[in-house]
Amino acid sequence: MQVMTDLFARIFGDGLSSLGLLVAGGLTMALIMALVMASCAIVFTWAERKVAGFIQSRYGPMRVGRWHGVLQPVADMVKILGKEDIVPRDADKPLFMLAPFVIFVGSLMAWAAIPFAPGFIAADLDLGLFYIFAVSSAATIGILMAGWASNNKWSLYGAARGAAQAVSYEIPLALACIPVVMITGSLNMNDIVIAQQGGIWRWHFLHDPFLFVAFLLYFVASIAEVNRGPFDLPETESELVAGYHTEYTGMRFAFFFLAEYANLFLVSCVATAVFLGGWQPLFGPVFLPGLVFVIKAVLLVLLQMWLRWTLPRLRVDQLMHVCWKVMVPLALVCVLGAGIWMLATGQAG
Amino acid sequence: MSQKLVDRLRAEFGERILETGSQHGDESVVVAPADLPDVAAHLKGREACELLLDVVGVDRSELPGHRDDPERFEVVYNLRSLSRNHRLLVKVRAPEGRDVPSLAGLYRSADWAEREVYDLYGVRFRGHPDLRRILCHHEFEGHALRKDYPIERGQFLSAPEKLIQDHEIERAAHRADDSRGAVLPSDLLTVNIGPSHPATHGALRAEVLLDGETIVEARTEIGYLHRCFEKEAEDHTWAQVMPYTDRLNYVSAMLNNCVYCAAVEKLLDAEIPPRARVVRVIVSELSRIIDHLVCVCANLVDLGALTNYWYFYNVREGLYYDVIEPLCGSRLTTNFTRIGGLGYDVFEGFETAIERNLVKLETAIGEVTGLVARNRIFLDRTVGVGAMTPEQALDWGFTGPCLRATGLAYDVRKHAPYDGYETYDFDVPVGTAGDTRDRIMVRIEEMRQSARIIRQALGRGLPAGPILADDPRFALPPKEKVYGSIEGVMNQFKLIMEGARVPAGEAYGFGEGGNGELGFYCVSDGGGRPYRVKVRPPCFPIFSAFGEMVKGLMIPDAVAILGSINIIAGELDR
Amino acid sequence: MSAQAIPILMVVGTAALLSLLFLGLSGWLGPYRPNSLKSTTYECGVPARSTVQIRFFVRFFLVALLFLLFDLETVFLYPWAILFRSMVAEGRAAFALGEMGAFVAVLVVGFVYVWKKGGLEWQ
Repeated sequence: MQVMTDLFARIFGDGLSSLGLLVAGGLTMALIMALVMASCAIVFTWAERKVAGFIQSRYGPMRVGRWHGVLQPVADMVKILGKEDIVPRDADKPLFMLAPFVIFVGSLMAWAAIPFAPGFIAADLDLGLFYIFAVSSAATIGILMAGWASNNKWSLYGAARGAAQAVSYEIPLALACIPVVMITGSLNMNDIVIAQQGGIWRWHFLHDPFLFVAFLLYFVASIAEVNRGPFDLPETESELVAGYHTEYTGMRFAFFFLAEYANLFLVSCVATAVFLGGWQPLFGPVFLPGLVFVIKAVLLVLLQMWLRWTLPRLRVDQLMHVCWKVMVPLALVCVLGAGIWMLATGQAG
Repeated sequence: MSQKLVDRLRAEFGERILETGSQHGDESVVVAPADLPDVAAHLKGREACELLLDVVGVDRSELPGHRDDPERFEVVYNLRSLSRNHRLLVKVRAPEGRDVPSLAGLYRSADWAEREVYDLYGVRFRGHPDLRRILCHHEFEGHALRKDYPIERGQFLSAPEKLIQDHEIERAAHRADDSRGAVLPSDLLTVNIGPSHPATHGALRAEVLLDGETIVEARTEIGYLHRCFEKEAEDHTWAQVMPYTDRLNYVSAMLNNCVYCAAVEKLLDAEIPPRARVVRVIVSELSRIIDHLVCVCANLVDLGALTNYWYFYNVREGLYYDVIEPLCGSRLTTNFTRIGGLGYDVFEGFETAIERNLVKLETAIGEVTGLVARNRIFLDRTVGVGAMTPEQALDWGFTGPCLRATGLAYDVRKHAPYDGYETYDFDVPVGTAGDTRDRIMVRIEEMRQSARIIRQALGRGLPAGPILADDPRFALPPKEKVYGSIEGVMNQFKLIMEGARVPAGEAYGFGEGGNGELGFYCVSDGGGRPYRVKVRPPCFPIFSAFGEMVKGLMIPDAVAILGSINIIAGELDR
Repeated sequence: MSAQAIPILMVVGTAALLSLLFLGLSGWLGPYRPNSLKSTTYECGVPARSTVQIRFFVRFFLVALLFLLFDLETVFLYPWAILFRSMVAEGRAAFALGEMGAFVAVLVVGFVYVWKKGGLEWQ
């Protein structure tokens, strides 16, 4: 945001009021974010197939775009654009049609508070981290809407599972971030990243043992938040056919799909910013901050893919068991432990 | 042993045993319908016949010597004792319209088996808990396997059947509310799992009644893939039935080929050349490996462990492309054996191709067990899920890996060796709990044992000699004879046009299929076409237990169990 | 605050416009050939015999209640967490920790109660 407003200020000089600057900068950033989101969904659908192929001793896409099927996602997109948009007769039509938007918009909204580089953040909010948690919950509403409106039993089960899972795992997710807030004393994403300046030993996940555990908790809970394996219960194809988006076709289905990959990258970005030093390099001064940030986040995404293609899926009662009986108590211990650690070491950062 | 059993029965029941018979090593007794429950109870209780393998119906209205017999139908109960290793066919005869007492109270496996006889012949079973059609559509008119039902008469039927009735749902809802006590009531929901569901791997249907995620009631319906195999068999020559057997358990077609041939050869009292015997063992074990590979990998997919699928499927593809296809020209529909031997000899490099793929198999087994065997999520999903005690499993008529998973080391290859299995050194792996994990692990271990058998067979070297018995009764003459001598031409013409003359009689030929005991009960009227062929598909009784197995569990468990019992719709519905 | 809200509005607007654009594009490019069979609800090839608008499994509502409880707790923890650092600097860390410890302890008692009552069991 800062980068953009500065740019516009330089271009237009005093021709724009401060509000105009804000709007222009915001719009540009929003467009950039949408672009990044779309391209990351495209890149990750391709990457997922290639990673899965690599793990499963096969090739994955090889044809479209000559080199390793790089244009496969584009071809898919074109195909999806040409598909019929089917709305079932018994569906609750307004809800059915609205649900993909809720998920898609909610996902993009959360992106606004990701600090990719110094000053390169669409909305530099004081409540940044909190804001991200808040708007990413919109996905739950979207899932519920889709499942309920489809009037399909598999969708309903997918939605109920999805909602139960998302709200349950939101608690360890949010609790795991509290120790970081205690150290930095701020919810501003920029401040959180800046607090980790000075090499890998200053990154939050290595701050103390409790924070390391908190990082692991966050990572596991975030996989559950975005409904990916081994926590992909809301859309398990072998149990619930396709879960909450069973009845969706064409572009509306694509929105769910895009949102899944966008969210995948989103939670990795949050983990990067909060625990892994954001744009801070391993050592030395800040260098190509945007690239460093993206590399870290992409590595986390790859790790999630690796897990997805390695582990079997949990059962719904086991999922709840893990969340409520293991992760929530552990997260509470982490919060208290981090506080005691700060008290004992007498340092605040 | 079996002879003694019949004698003991005679001593016990005296005149109530109407007839005893012994054909091709199959002992049988005939009793009056009214005496059936007593005899069966005695056999189960005193003679340890724990397993009712199958119930076969025969319409004798066109059988020579029985055309005017008022007792038109014969119902054959195929009993087996594992502990004493004897077997017996108990037959009852009934005229049109007369009931036969049901054995469903004694053996749960009789439930579906008797339904099948009712469906296809119209023989009613008195005291049967749920006498509905099973393979044919519920609105089907007539009884398809009666000799007077014309084979070309098709019926177009599509209305789905309600498996769980509305009043049952209401009753279950009351029960659920009562058990919950003060907590708010929730509605029960009926959901159809299948016929077109990703987890059913074929067209099966289970209508389940759900309370939340918990399955309160589950009813299954089969027959979506019914292709009238048994009716078709009666319309073809003995040799022409062979390609149809490929389509039974289409995952391990060669096993079906081998067992069908063994049954016909039993009727013919034919010996097959040693080379054919060894090759049959090798291809049977290869098919068993393929069957288990597909079952385990699909089961793991159902559990969400998708990657294992490719580790196993690559091996399967390797076996298909490197061995099965060069052997017989196709991968799934092999049509490999012939009555009296084999259709094709092995190709150049057969041994090395197999060995190469067995090494790949061992690597793949190592990879998959490394991924799942000690994985906490896998264990949580499978241990104790769908557990069966040995008694329950026998009661339901389980055989094969599903029975062995419960701890009973019953394997036809050990109990009634055929094709020289007694000369091979192999173990029969067993489980302890009979749950999903044991079923998966038993199958994985059986693949290792099959590889062992194949290596022993190859290590001894294939015996030289012909692959087809030189017997003009059933074996086609070689091309030189057909072109060079009038006897050859005549022989070929008769065999092709009329079929092999199989002496009148009946025989139950059986072997260890991928999924359990696979059997063909064949009746011949002395003509070139089978009078009756009844398949004993191993997964038919196993699937009959599915509804009971999943009660009280959740949908994910049902999916895991369904994968682990390996239902192949082709042989289930025939 | 209002200045901070503007970029968010921009993002929402962009997202909504983009999705409408894509949907319009798809509607323009894609076919529209409805028929009665196509628009039936999918239930594995068998016509569905009951609606899904039912009193759903009560367990899911219990999860929602638990979520409300714990999410509120988390929300209350955040302001405290922000202040914690300055309180450590002021040397009042023990007080802050004790205070929050008491708050969490009350909740943990409730948590243990729910656990023992079987509220966390799925079946």
